Amino acid sequence: MTTMEELSTPARITWCPGCGNYAILTAVKRAIVELGLRREEVVAVTGIGCHGRMTNYIRVNGIHVLHGRVLPVATGIKLANQRLTVLGFAGDGDAYSIGMGHLSHTARRNVDVKYIVHDNLVYALTTGQTSPTSEPGFRTRSTPRGAYEQPINPLLQALASGASFVARGFAGDVRHLTMLLKEAIRHRGFALIDVLQPCIVWNRVNTYEWYRERVYKLEEEGHDPHSLEEAYRRAVEWGERIPIGILYREERPLYHEHFPPLRRGSLAFQPLKTPDLTPLLEELS
Amino acid sequence: MVCIGIKDETISFLIGGEAGQGIMRSGSLLGRALMRGGLHIFGVNDYPSLIRGGHNFYILRASEREVYSQGDGVDLLIALNDESIELHINDLYPGGGVIYDEEGKLDPRELRGDVKTYPTPLTGIVKEIGGPRVVRNTAALGVALSLIGFNPETMRGVIRDTFKGREGIIEMNIKALDRGYEYAERNFEGLGCRVETSKSRDERIMVTGNEAIALGAIGAGCRFYAAYPMTPATPILHYLAAHDEEAGMVVVQPESEIAAINMVIGAAYAGVRAMTATSGGGFCLMTEALGLAAMTETPIVVVINQRPGPSTGMATYTSQGDLLFTIHASQGEFPRVVVAPGDVDECFYLTMEAFNLAERFQIPVIILADKYLAESHRSTRPFDPSRVGIDRGELLTEWSGDEEYRRYRLTESGISPRIIPGIEGATMLANTNEHDEYGFATTNPEMVKAMMDKRFRKLKALRREIERLNPVRVYGSEEAEATIVGWGSTKGPALEALRMLEGEGIKARFIQVVYLEPFPAERVEELLSGDEPKLLVEMNKTGQLGSLIKLHTGVTLEHRLLRYDGRPVNPGQICNAIRGVMR
Repeated sequence: MTTMEELSTPARITWCPGCGNYAILTAVKRAIVELGLRREEVVAVTGIGCHGRMTNYIRVNGIHVLHGRVLPVATGIKLANQRLTVLGFAGDGDAYSIGMGHLSHTARRNVDVKYIVHDNLVYALTTGQTSPTSEPGFRTRSTPRGAYEQPINPLLQALASGASFVARGFAGDVRHLTMLLKEAIRHRGFALIDVLQPCIVWNRVNTYEWYRERVYKLEEEGHDPHSLEEAYRRAVEWGERIPIGILYREERPLYHEHFPPLRRGSLAFQPLKTPDLTPLLEELS
Repeated sequence: MVCIGIKDETISFLIGGEAGQGIMRSGSLLGRALMRGGLHIFGVNDYPSLIRGGHNFYILRASEREVYSQGDGVDLLIALNDESIELHINDLYPGGGVIYDEEGKLDPRELRGDVKTYPTPLTGIVKEIGGPRVVRNTAALGVALSLIGFNPETMRGVIRDTFKGREGIIEMNIKALDRGYEYAERNFEGLGCRVETSKSRDERIMVTGNEAIALGAIGAGCRFYAAYPMTPATPILHYLAAHDEEAGMVVVQPESEIAAINMVIGAAYAGVRAMTATSGGGFCLMTEALGLAAMTETPIVVVINQRPGPSTGMATYTSQGDLLFTIHASQGEFPRVVVAPGDVDECFYLTMEAFNLAERFQIPVIILADKYLAESHRSTRPFDPSRVGIDRGELLTEWSGDEEYRRYRLTESGISPRIIPGIEGATMLANTNEHDEYGFATTNPEMVKAMMDKRFRKLKALRREIERLNPVRVYGSEEAEATIVGWGSTKGPALEALRMLEGEGIKARFIQVVYLEPFPAERVEELLSGDEPKLLVEMNKTGQLGSLIKLHTGVTLEHRLLRYDGRPVNPGQICNAIRGVMR
């Protein structure tokens, strides 16, 4: 059985003290421990941004990739070896700006990867610019007059793309986030967890206190996560009250189940030997 | 067996018409029939990026001897519309013939007096047999077979195999073929070209460069293929998607080229052989991830089928304009292999080699082909994957567990053993950031330098391996009076040119640079040390191989035949240029 200690690495953590990323890291480790996953069976894929350091801080298989490209890399890994639990981590810039296209396509395919988005509503590693989830009027160094655009609603985006599991977590509630992660990992199919993650340096608006005054738990208000209509209704709630929890879940065929070659087991562990090409060559004679 | 053309021992057909009239299909039917009749064939298509209406043509050349490219003219023009007569009547050798629908408005006799004409009621035949208009092409093939004295039974077999399972289509095509054949037997005298079927022959396949690359990937045990549709690489996607079960390969059409290469990196990281293919524009989108593969030392194979640029350029034509781009693509410095096949055999065997090189050296390998090679047909001996075999390099399938696994262990060779994620006792951290031996991100100056040096140390053994793979190939006369220098698909026309020059009593040779990165500088320098005139042949504006040769050897190739109108170089053009430089 994996322990929290086994999941730690010697790498020095370089996040700001008080950053919401610590809570996400803790919740991920706890979910792995509580689900009894072997660390060798888990792969973490991270993008570019403060969150990207995750792969340095958790002792599972990891690949830290390019900005915005977490999901296609995660898809390739899952198709090569279905036995791996594939966790993708991205920031809001990574997931909803440069990598936005991949979200819709991975969701509609129902690739069995879990996508955890560290959503702090700001570009932090690049020292404070507006993000696709920033509120209109949000002032940053790239938007001195305040952001002009409407924010992306990631939950609506995911629902509209056919995601089979859509949830929102809050980095100020590790226990609740751990529960969401466990549910997402148990879920058969693509899962998006948008995590509200306060950035204490570059976002002085959406702070821990700001969120604490607003978030409420869907499961405490009798929300039915199997109703797409209800999910849409909750997804647009933002302002006075902000829902966290599982908005939507459904069972759908997994992407990798469609490919006949995968019925023989994971590609990664099939031995390679020079094939007999005779039947294919005969077609060309 | 006999094959006598008007000009030499080869016979060429040009089938022309509108997109949608079955031009490509006719070309491949005729090619396969002649191949089964014991001939060697080469077939090239020319078409605009349209589905209906644009002018298409297919040139098929056949002979008892090997044919490497189209020739300089054609013996028989099969014109399915008036436009084809207008556009191609002057491609005919004097004494050649033209088959055309007698319902057309244009009389070829008014355009040229020195060719034979075969007006045929193609539309009439189709109406009589109650077939769709598109089978006019098969009726015309029947006429062509009669004119060259070729037994139609072989073609009937090809039709049966090509349309297997679609009995109505088979019946209709055979009817059209027979009617065309009978009409010509009754009404026309032969063309003066003759092709007879021979019983004894070597086993042969008719294959395009794209099919050969796809088969090379299957032969190499590639298990994952992701590609976004882009001409002229899409046929690889079609072939692999149609054969995924036999190949044991997962074949995916993702949302973009960016997704394609990143999926390939993911699959390769997870331990399977993986490939993508595209053209220059798609490769532009892939360049950032090419660097990711290099930095994470993930072995991937990327096929680029070049077409003319810049930008969208001409999607369905050919070019060699991306050589320097490919060698330098992506930020930073890293070792990579760029290899350029020159014919279908090299497409197969070099693709197999590409996977071995990628895995043994944990680097990206790029196969650089072009439309002319990728979509042209050639007959050849069936491929034998055991000639290359599979070598996965330092890939660990278990871990002792005595120490912590280090993905980027600093080794003398620069190659750090990989593991397959999921094995007991070890996890693997790959990193786009500069990293230490464990894969943790670092900015420590000593470690940064050590890692860059480690990646580049692989070059030593890589260069040795590439020397073993015969990176520069020489054809023709040992004591040459003139030398042709080229790469990639100009090989075919160059080999044809050598034959033509030989016929004129000129001893020439062709130097083909196959591996372009790491550049086989010593070998090239040695081969270029003679003082015979040398001609650089490339399908680009600036002579990019010439630049590389200059860079690596200091040798300037002053004489250049550069074609950049999207069409392949013709052998006759090369001969003319050689005569020019010998003066």
